[in-house]
This record gives sequence, C-alpha cells and structure tokens, in this order.
Amino acid sequence: MSGGSEPLFLARQTYRRRRLMDAARILPVVGAVLFLLPELWASGEGGASTARGGLYLLAVWILLIVVAAALSHRLSRREPGAPPPPPDRG
Amino acid sequence: MTKQVLLIEDEPNIIEAVRYILSRDGWTVHTHSNGATAVDAVTRRKPDVLVLDVMLPDRSGYDILTDLRAMPEFAGLPVLMLTARGQKQDRELAARIGASRFMTKPFSNSEVLEAVRMLAEAEVPPAAGRAAQ
Amino acid sequence: MLSFNVLVAVCLAYVAALFVVAWWAERRAQAGHLGWLRSPWVYTLSLSIYCTAWTFYGAVGNAARSGLEFVTIYLGPTLVMIGWWALLRKLVRIGRTQRITSVADLISSRYGKSTFLGGLVTVLALVGTTPYIALQLQSVTLSFAVFAPGAGAEGPPDPARLQATALWVAAGLAVFTVVFGTRNLDVNERHHGVVSAIAVEAVVKLFALLAVGVFVVWGLGGGPRAMFDAIEASPIATWEMHGGRWVGLTFLSAAAFVCLPRMFHVLVVENSDERHLATAAWAFPLYLCAMSLFVVPIAVIGLSMLPEGSNPDLFVLTVPLAAGQDGLAMLSFLGGFSSATSMVIVAAIAVSTMVSNHIVMPIWLRVMQGGATVSGDVRDVVLLSRRLSIAGVLCLGYVYYRLSGGGTALAAIGLIAFAGVAQALPALLGGVFWRGATRVGAGLGVSLGFAVWMWTLFLPSFGEGAVIPAAVFENGPFGIGWLRPRALFGIEGMDPMLHAVLWSMILNALGFVLGSLASFPGPMERLQGAEFVNIFRYSSGARGWVPAMVETEDLLMMAQRILGPAEAQRLFQAQARAQGKVGYLPDPTREFLERLERELSGSVGAATAHAMLAQIGGGAAVSVEDLMRVADETAQIMEYSSQLEAKSAELGRTARKLRQANEQLTALSIQKDAFLSQISHELRTPMTSIRAFSEILRDDADLPEAERRRFLNVIHDESQRLTRLLDDLLDLSVLENGQVTLNRQVTTLEAVIDRALDATQARRPRLSVRRDPVRERIAVDTDPDRLAQVFINLISNAEKYCTAADPVLTIAVRREAQGAVVDFIDNGAGIPEAQQTVIFEKFSRLSDTRAAGGAGLGLAICREIMGRLGGAIAYLPGQGGAAFRVTLGDVLAQAAE
Repeated sequence: MSGGSEPLFLARQTYRRRRLMDAARILPVVGAVLFLLPELWASGEGGASTARGGLYLLAVWILLIVVAAALSHRLSRREPGAPPPPPDRG
Repeated sequence: MTKQVLLIEDEPNIIEAVRYILSRDGWTVHTHSNGATAVDAVTRRKPDVLVLDVMLPDRSGYDILTDLRAMPEFAGLPVLMLTARGQKQDRELAARIGASRFMTKPFSNSEVLEAVRMLAEAEVPPAAGRAAQ
Repeated sequence: MLSFNVLVAVCLAYVAALFVVAWWAERRAQAGHLGWLRSPWVYTLSLSIYCTAWTFYGAVGNAARSGLEFVTIYLGPTLVMIGWWALLRKLVRIGRTQRITSVADLISSRYGKSTFLGGLVTVLALVGTTPYIALQLQSVTLSFAVFAPGAGAEGPPDPARLQATALWVAAGLAVFTVVFGTRNLDVNERHHGVVSAIAVEAVVKLFALLAVGVFVVWGLGGGPRAMFDAIEASPIATWEMHGGRWVGLTFLSAAAFVCLPRMFHVLVVENSDERHLATAAWAFPLYLCAMSLFVVPIAVIGLSMLPEGSNPDLFVLTVPLAAGQDGLAMLSFLGGFSSATSMVIVAAIAVSTMVSNHIVMPIWLRVMQGGATVSGDVRDVVLLSRRLSIAGVLCLGYVYYRLSGGGTALAAIGLIAFAGVAQALPALLGGVFWRGATRVGAGLGVSLGFAVWMWTLFLPSFGEGAVIPAAVFENGPFGIGWLRPRALFGIEGMDPMLHAVLWSMILNALGFVLGSLASFPGPMERLQGAEFVNIFRYSSGARGWVPAMVETEDLLMMAQRILGPAEAQRLFQAQARAQGKVGYLPDPTREFLERLERELSGSVGAATAHAMLAQIGGGAAVSVEDLMRVADETAQIMEYSSQLEAKSAELGRTARKLRQANEQLTALSIQKDAFLSQISHELRTPMTSIRAFSEILRDDADLPEAERRRFLNVIHDESQRLTRLLDDLLDLSVLENGQVTLNRQVTTLEAVIDRALDATQARRPRLSVRRDPVRERIAVDTDPDRLAQVFINLISNAEKYCTAADPVLTIAVRREAQGAVVDFIDNGAGIPEAQQTVIFEKFSRLSDTRAAGGAGLGLAICREIMGRLGGAIAYLPGQGGAAFRVTLGDVLAQAAE
C-alpha cells in the first residue's frame, strides 16, 4: 500500500504514531483469539463451567474495552488529514 | 425622373424630419432602419445619394460603409454620414473608410439639404477619389 | 397483575414521549443549537439499534437453551468496533466524501455507479429485513400477550387480538418514521429527531435490562457469590462449546453489524463527525457488555423459578412478574418495546432509502426518458417514493408476520437475516480494500451467495414441505443429491446454520474473486476503485466529467428541482465565487460537475445522480475514450501526490481571477469612452428631432394645421425624453457619488410592492401580476420611495420586454436567515447568458427597443439604490423567464427588534 517514495527513517513521533495504528489494527485480531481460547478446554468431553467461562469472557471483554479506549484516545488526539466536520445544515 | 435618396436611420422622428425636408425639395426618399440588412437595401434601391446614420442597432454605419466601398458598384456612391457622436476620431474614421460628407447631429435642415444636393450633382464625389487611392 | 389497558396507555404515553423528544431535537437542530445532538455519546447510543427486541428477549432465551452461546451475537460487533481504525474509519470517510446513502449505494457507487448492483443489494436487504421486522412485531405482540387478561405466561393468547396489536404497532411506527425520517431529502442532512429518539430508547432498554438483572442477582439470587453457585448448580452449568458454531456466529454477527442496512445507516450515514468513532470504539462494546452482563443470571433464575415449559424468551418479563414486581415488569416491557421500535424505525428508513434510490428512481428516470430532469419536481417524487417505501416495508413485515403465523419459525429468523445481509460483505470489503475488484465479480459473488442462502437457509426456514417439498430435502432437486438444501455437495451432519453460512460465504467470496480476476473493469469502475481504496490519500472526489459539454443554466434548473431552489442557488453561487466569478453560473469545470454530482447523490443515490447529469450532458457526457484518458491521467496523478493537484487548482483559480481582473480593467476603460459617447448620443438624438422640426415650423409658414400640431407634439415628446434622461443621469450620479440621503423608515414589503403596482397600473395594460401578500408581510427598515423605485423599474421592464403572449409577472418573497429576497420572475424568453452580466451597466439596452423609451439607465440605477440600501439586485438564471432577485440584507435584522 505504501508507496516507494516514503522516507526510510521517520521522526520519532511519526514512528510512534505508526506503531499505534498497527496496534489499533491488531487489537481485533487479539480479541478474536482470546474469545476463541475457551475452545481449548470448553469444547472437549464434559465441557467447562458456564460461570467460570462467563467470568473469563467478561474479563477479556473489559480488557479489550480498556485497551481500545486507551488506543483510540491517543489516536484521535490529533489525526492529521481528517477533514473538519461539515457544517450541518438543519 | 426624380433623384433617389436612401436614408438609413433608426430614430423614427429623425426619419420623419429628413424625409420631410428632402421630399419638399423634390427627392424621392426611401428609408431603411435595420443595420443588418442595410447593404441589401442599398443594392436593391440603387439610390443616387445615401444618408447613413452611424449608431444603428445590430450594425454600425461604419461597417455598412466599409462593405459598400468594397463593392465596385458602390465604390463611387455619394454617402452622407450622420452621427450623434461628434468626436474627432469619428470624423477621421468616417473619412478613412470613404464617407463623402460627415455631419454631426443636431444638424440644420438647410445644411442637410445643401449637402445632399451637392453630393448628387458632383460628377465624382471628392471623398470617393480619396478613398480609391 | 397489570391490566392490559394500563399497558396500552403506558405504551401510548411512551410513544408520545418519543414524538416529543424527536420533535424537540428537530426544533433545536433547526434553530442551529446542535450542541449535544452531535456528541459522540448520542452517536454511540444510536448504534444500540443493533440490540433489537430479538436480543433483548431472545438473549435470555438463548442462554436458557444453550448457555454462553448467546454472547457470540455481541462479540462480533465488539471486535468490529475495537477494530474501527481498520474498517469503520474507512467506511465513514468514504461515506462522507462520496455522499453515500446506504450499503446498496456504497456498492453501486464503488463498482462504477452500477444500477444493477444497487438494485441487487437492495433486494437482498429487503428480503433480509422483512422477516426481521416481522420478528420485532412478534416480540412486541408476545410481550403484550404476557400481560393480556386471562392469559398467564404460558396461556395461549387470543390470536385475533395479537394480530390487531401487531397491526397497530406497525401503523404507529410507519407514521413516526414518515414524519421524522423523511423530513429532509438529503441524507447528509441528518435526522436529528430520529437519532435523538433512538438514543433515548437505547438508555431505556439498557436501564430496563440492568434493573431486572440487579433485581435478579441481589433481590432473588442473594448476591453475586450465591448467584455464582446457583449458576454452577443450574441445568446450564456446563458449557459445551460448539467450536464451529461459536466461530461461525461471531463472524456472522460481525459481518451483519457492518452490512445490516440499519447499522450502516447509523454507523456511516448518520455519522456527523469522524472523531465520534473513536469514542464509540470502546463505549459501544461497553454498552454491549452491560447488555449481556445479567443475561445468564436471569436465565438461571428463570429456569429455577418458573414452571417447566415456560417460554424462556420471555423470562425478562415473567421473572419480575412472578416475583410480584409489576413496576419492574412494566419497565422491562418498555425496554423490549423500545428495542423493537427503534430497530423498525431505522430499518424502515434505511431500506426505504435504498428502494427509492435504487429501484424506484432508476425506473422512473427510464420511464420519463430525457424529460425527467427538466420537467416535474424530482424532490416530490423522491420524497413520495421514500414515504411509500416506508409504508411498504412495514406492510411487508406485517404480512410476513401474519403468513408465518408468528410461530417458532420466527425464533431463528434473526440469524437467518444476518446470514442474508452478510452476503454483501465480500463485495463491500473487496471494494474498499482491493482495487482489482470489479462489477462482474461483485455481481457474481452477491448473486451466488444470495442464491445459496435462499436455498439452504431462507426457504427451508419456512419448514419442510412449506416452500421446498420434503422430497427435495431428502433427495435434492430433480434427484440431484449434492444439491440437497441441508447437505450441499453431499456434506451431511453439519449444523444447518453453519452449513448455510459456510457455503454461501465461500461461494460468494469465490465468485467475487474469480469474477474480478477474470473480468476487466470499466473506466468508471477503475476510477471509483482507486478513489475508494485510497480514500485517505486523496479525498478529492470522483472523477469522470468532461467539462464544457453542459450548459450551467440547465444544471441549475435540474439541481433546483432536486436540492430545492434555495439550496441549489447557494451551491452554485458558492462555486462561482470559488472560481472567482460573480453571479449564479460557475463554469462547468470538471471539479464543479463532480461536486454537483456528489451533492445530488446525497439526495438520490450515486447511480441516479450520475444518470441525471448524463442526461443533461446529452446522454453521452463521457465517452469511454474520454474516460480511459482521464483514467490514465488520474492514475498517473495519483502516483504523484495530491499536492500537485491542489497547486494546479490554486493556479487555475489565480489565473481565472487574473483573467477576470484584466477583463474588468479593459472593460472599464472602454466603458469610460463608451459612456461619454453614449451620453453624447443619447442627448443629441432628441435634440436633433427638436431642432429639425422647429426649423421646419419656422421656415414653412404654409403648413397645414394638423401637420403643425403633430410636429409640435414630436418636439414636446422629445424634450420630455431629454428631461427624463437628464433626471436619470442626475439620479445616477447622485447615487454613485453617495450624496443621496435615504429616508429610512419601517414599513412592510407588502406596502412597498402595493405602491409599485399602483404606480405602474396605467403603464401595464398587458401584464398580470401574481403575488402572495401574506408572505410579503415582512417588516423592513428601508427607504420606501427608493425601494418602490426599484420595484417599479422591474415591473415596467417586465411589461416592456416580456415576450410571452400573456405576460405574467410573479413576485415571490421569501424570508432568509438574515434578510429577505424578492424575486421578480416573468414568463418571457429570459435574457441570454452572455447578456446577463451587462444588463446592469449604464446604457445597456438589450435590443433596439427605442419604443421602450428608456435610456438604459434603469437597472444601473436600481443597482445603485440597492447598494445604498444595503442590499443587492442580481439576475437569477434558470427560472424560465427573465428573473431578478432583490436581496434585502441586514436591513431586516434591525427591523426585527
């Protein structure tokens, strides 16, 4: 996607921002893996405890929400190139 | 046979005045008030003298005269130009493209009559000779 | 036990409250007080229409049957939301820059503004949404039945009464949706009323579910620890995870979250600010988490408390009822009710927009042929078709509910609908991330997926033997075994849901990829593809218009019919100003045409807007060769940077400005000369007549009396003409030098227009005037004499120059944000574009109408007067006849005190 004309070395801040974007893109993948993890113990013979499973899912869920909140807060602080919202014609 | 004058002018009151002045002197006066078809009118009427207004709607008198002088048939036609814009460059322009006489509005009736008579009598209009050079 | 009548009363009160909220929000928005209406929280809450009555009631039912599996329905959207940076941000940006109105519009627009694809996705959405709406109606009627007199939780409700309830609910929703969902045509003008009402409903349903949950855990279960033990001891204590279903359902809910028409509508179309996504990215998952927090406890308590065979789908209602908590049950009922209503409202808006833009409008355009853009009011047609579509969609939902009998077949329909709309996913994702995706591929993929879904899931959902004969289930159609609806390609024993999703998505994606690889995209597709995929690199808009093939005035005429006159004129004026021109007619540059097309597509969809512009441009606005050239050019430019483009645009603008300045300077010096010789001419002409005739009168003593009198009359008339001319010249010079004293006083436009009409009464034997005195009752602080002078001039001009056999002058007054406009529109031939800019110059008479009797100073004087009064006068093109607009500027603000 990125063109060959991009510079090889980026300023530290830009670099950090790029990695932040990477993290934001990877987060749903991490979430998917974590949500699938119970497959390892719950899908076998006899299954697992609903109560414990529920607590596990809840914990993962809240973790994801917290990480997403932190990431999107930092990402949205200053997003270059985003157009200002159009004046709403009511 | 009476002599023919063609008056090309768009202002109805001026047409009426000129017609009155000339016809009282025995001229047959034809009038035409459209600049775009003026050259056709001249070709059709073949007048002895042409009285031509400069500020016509659609087309200026200068353009009409230029066209006429380009036709061999009318290279020597006596033309009296009338204009309401009496500036020096108008006079010069009129002379350059071959007007025989140039008069500024408002004119005196006798002057117009005089000019038309003179133009009709002259064997070769002086201005036409100049224009041919 | 609550009485049925109380319930109905509460419902009505609730709906009335929603009306009030929606109405109030619209009022605020109209007054410009957007404030929190545009906050990220309202946006986040509006996303909650994902949680319908099906999830409100059904989640507990699902948990009571299969334990934790219900949560997959929430996990998919959670993953999509926390991954906003990758997908949603892009969709929202595309939706904004391309003025997308729906999923169908996005796909149609991406694949070369294809009418076919738009229609196909619309059908898909319609088929997927109808049963879903039926499901909401069923939920509401079932929850009503719980409270119905004589019917316990499990008593059979009276079917006739239930059907009547469903009908009333559907009708009520239709009214609400039509009133608040079709107020404005342009979807980019957001539905603040609807969104606010939905946000309120989101709070109600969350609060209701949490209240029931808190009551169950602390009131009935004895605290979290005891609850934990209760779950461990319940019938659903063991979690037997079905891996395939777990993955499949999570994927499906994620796909549906993006593709569902209503979700796309709130996510993308109603989004007013990209940054709201950053908040919703974590806040909406939090909402979902809260919604599912107490689902398992409620299910467990319900299973233990209520008698065997109770419908677990209604535990949210029946548990508080059984515990004697009528108030809580009522709250919970309202929660379910609000889940259903909000879903139905937005779904109806979204689907009706699709149906109207992608099915009704293309057909209408074709039927009307070329006439569509020039005759008739397109706005009315679009609005009407949208309103009818809303009623139609709800009607279909009701009919489906009646036909399906509201039985158990409906219980599974939520997931079935998910699987149906998810068929748009490959075309959508591919379109946004892969430049090589083509229309052929998208069409093939969606059609294949749609067909497989119909065959393996939708039609079988009516039951064996209902639509598909039982024998076909057994042996396949015509005995072809590998086409059996539940065992495609001979793979048996799979969960039917999983089976259908797997095959439909695989074949869909395969068809999409192979079709795209094998076909060659059209030029328009390539342009749109590059635009969509690289949206963050160049948000410059679609390309494809070759300028100078269209008359700007025709465009204005069309735009007025779609956007409304005020809006269209504003747009054209702004564009003209951006090009450095004055007036209402910008040059038809490519940028302008593209901008216009996008504006129009906000109202009627991309494909329709494109078709309409093409009609104006003579059917072949863009040839394939043109487009290919543009495409190559564009591809090259894109490989550079958008900076270059910005620079060249800047250069073009500067050059245009310079050119105009130069023209103005030249024109000014010519004008000065011309002005002097014009004055000379205008003065000398009447003097010539006067002199000639007075000499005749002096020299000819023997003139007949009649002749004398006539000549004297001529002299008299000509001297009057001279006087008038001198008056006008004086007036103009006084005005131009600013020496004029205005006699300002407060009056009404009506009074001034009355005066002008009275003054011209005698001078206009032919002209009839059409006006609306009520709208003219606007107080203005102005100089009534001067303003009347302007009006008189315009009215006399209409009398003099209007060429119609029956000349009619329409005087239309309109109040604007700051001021008022008065339009004088006649039904004559109008003024040619080339002349429109010069008519306000001194001595510019349009033709040789000396008969008109003026010196050509009238409009110049009008312009000066309006300038002095703090207003303006301009020629208004595109109104049919000659039209002048008098704008009264800040004058009004003072008068408003």
